[in-house]
Amino acid sequence: MSNREFRFLRMGESCIVVEFGTSIDPEVNERVHRLARILWEARSVQNVHVGEGTELAGVQELVPTYRSLAVYFDPLKVQRKTLEERITTLIHELVREIEGAETEKTRKDTCGILPPQDTQGPLRYYNSRAVPSRKKVIIPVCYGGEYGPDLEFVSQYTGLSEEEVVKIHTACTYRVYMLGFLPGFPYLGGMDERIAAPRLETPRTRIPAGSVGIAGSQTGFYPMESPGGWRIIGRTPIKAFDPFSDNPFLLAPGDLVQFRAIGQEEYQKIEESGGRL
Amino acid sequence: MILPTHRTAKQPDRIKLRVLDPGILTTVQDLGRWGYQAFGVSPGGVMDEYAAQLTNLLVGNPVSAALLEITLKGPTLRFEQGGWIALGGAVCGATLDGKPVPNWSAFYGEPGSTLEIGFVREGCRAYLACRGGFDVTPVMGSRSTYLRAKIGGIQGRALQEGDLLQGGLLEDQKGIEDSDALPAGGMLSGGRTAELHTPIGFSGPFTLPPSLVPRYGSPILLRVLPGPQEDLFEPEGLETLFTSRYIISHEADRMGYRLEGPKIKHKGKADIVSDALARGAIQVPGHGMPIVMMADHQTTGGYPKVGTVILADQYLLAQGKPGDEVRFFPVTEEEALTAWRERQYRMALVRAYIRSLLTAI
Repeated sequence: MSNREFRFLRMGESCIVVEFGTSIDPEVNERVHRLARILWEARSVQNVHVGEGTELAGVQELVPTYRSLAVYFDPLKVQRKTLEERITTLIHELVREIEGAETEKTRKDTCGILPPQDTQGPLRYYNSRAVPSRKKVIIPVCYGGEYGPDLEFVSQYTGLSEEEVVKIHTACTYRVYMLGFLPGFPYLGGMDERIAAPRLETPRTRIPAGSVGIAGSQTGFYPMESPGGWRIIGRTPIKAFDPFSDNPFLLAPGDLVQFRAIGQEEYQKIEESGGRL
Repeated sequence: MILPTHRTAKQPDRIKLRVLDPGILTTVQDLGRWGYQAFGVSPGGVMDEYAAQLTNLLVGNPVSAALLEITLKGPTLRFEQGGWIALGGAVCGATLDGKPVPNWSAFYGEPGSTLEIGFVREGCRAYLACRGGFDVTPVMGSRSTYLRAKIGGIQGRALQEGDLLQGGLLEDQKGIEDSDALPAGGMLSGGRTAELHTPIGFSGPFTLPPSLVPRYGSPILLRVLPGPQEDLFEPEGLETLFTSRYIISHEADRMGYRLEGPKIKHKGKADIVSDALARGAIQVPGHGMPIVMMADHQTTGGYPKVGTVILADQYLLAQGKPGDEVRFFPVTEEEALTAWRERQYRMALVRAYIRSLLTAI
């Protein structure tokens, strides 16, 4: 990882976009999540121990995406220039750390993903109710049949049997590049190109919550009922968004996901017990 | 300054309003559900933050109290329990038991009386605040109705005939700055952090003096900070944006406003790998028509953003409706911040004014 480049973009008076790249790339995305983490930690520490007036005091919200980190701040509390200087320092520290780790070659790649870091205790990350993770989440999915009406299409389109499609879909570990579109909707990267399939020409008006789909070489699932054009191959009974829970989101940006095939009976059992992992 | 310590009225029973007619789109809103954009949750909240804050101040609420956002045509409400309310924002012909009530004022509704809010005449969104704020259960730190996710407000939906709205107690209306969903200090405002002290001797009615009333109308003039992706547009594309007239299309809602007018030319293709979207950001898809992000905007998007409407002017577009004309002008960041500070001064002036009325009681 020799590319140290990043740049600051401006999205209005109250947002700095730290752009690390313009493509979908696990290493670029890794930097986004790492910067989000250290920025949040630095910010929390300063707020608690130092109080206002420090460089990160005005930072209010961080939004990691595929390739950039949006830093929302209060322009009446902190100047853009001050924040940019501070972020630059943090990125340089981060790059040194990443490069140091790389020379030791402790990386164990699965589908081009850096290993998850262990986090001890609940950090105050994006906010206090959504605890950060870098956790790996195994999501049970009932494939095909009424839950996955497009599995047949994907099988025909790819020339693979339905069993092979499921086998490939459950074999890989996916990275949560970012969340967006709907609350808790993960953009997952790392799908095997062999099961890529185009979107529906006419989107469905109603896709049930939990539906697992494929769109091009992307995969993901709908945390709530929604219209949508993805090819639906299965459904999970797990709730990915529960606004009344202490932690409303199953997944956080940067998490890892793997799917596990289950039968209808197990699906119903999990659903009846409240859709919890 | 000493606030009066006597009570001109005992803490009244909570106001109760029965919805006889919901209007076109009436929702409960506050200043938004901040802190969850990383998880795909729109901040939401009131579209016209300025009008909503002023309306809350008129009944002595914190600026962050939950109120009703009325779109184009207002609801008809019957007071099942009397109380103080205020109307602000878009100018609409409102009557209380058939008698006209002025905009930008607070008044008392007697039990049994009926408030009818007609069509808006100037602007697009009116605000109705009740003293104590509307008492709905906060979801993830906010009372705002988020239609797309069906949360907040009344069961995550717009008002329906037969709904009963109940007022809250002032002490229950925690400002967003008190919410643990947010880091210290509310998003984007001096306005949200400095609360008006609860006027103990509140007795209204207050009317905002004309000099403090925001004006709405067409053409809507919006100042813009270029970026974040202005470099993905041809120089002539930027020139088109800043010299042309745009008209608000019928695809204009709480998520975004699509405008119609001369095509803004991209340099290359009109798709980017998704990155963050802020309120006020002007996205331009392949069709070349600008779409301005509003309160319920998606948190990420895959089209380049040519510029961002400055904080101080965002409320003006929120008061625009289909058919209104919009013009964009580039400004520097310094100009944008000056305008935003001026807004804070105006809010402070309204606070001082209302406080002076209280001491005069």
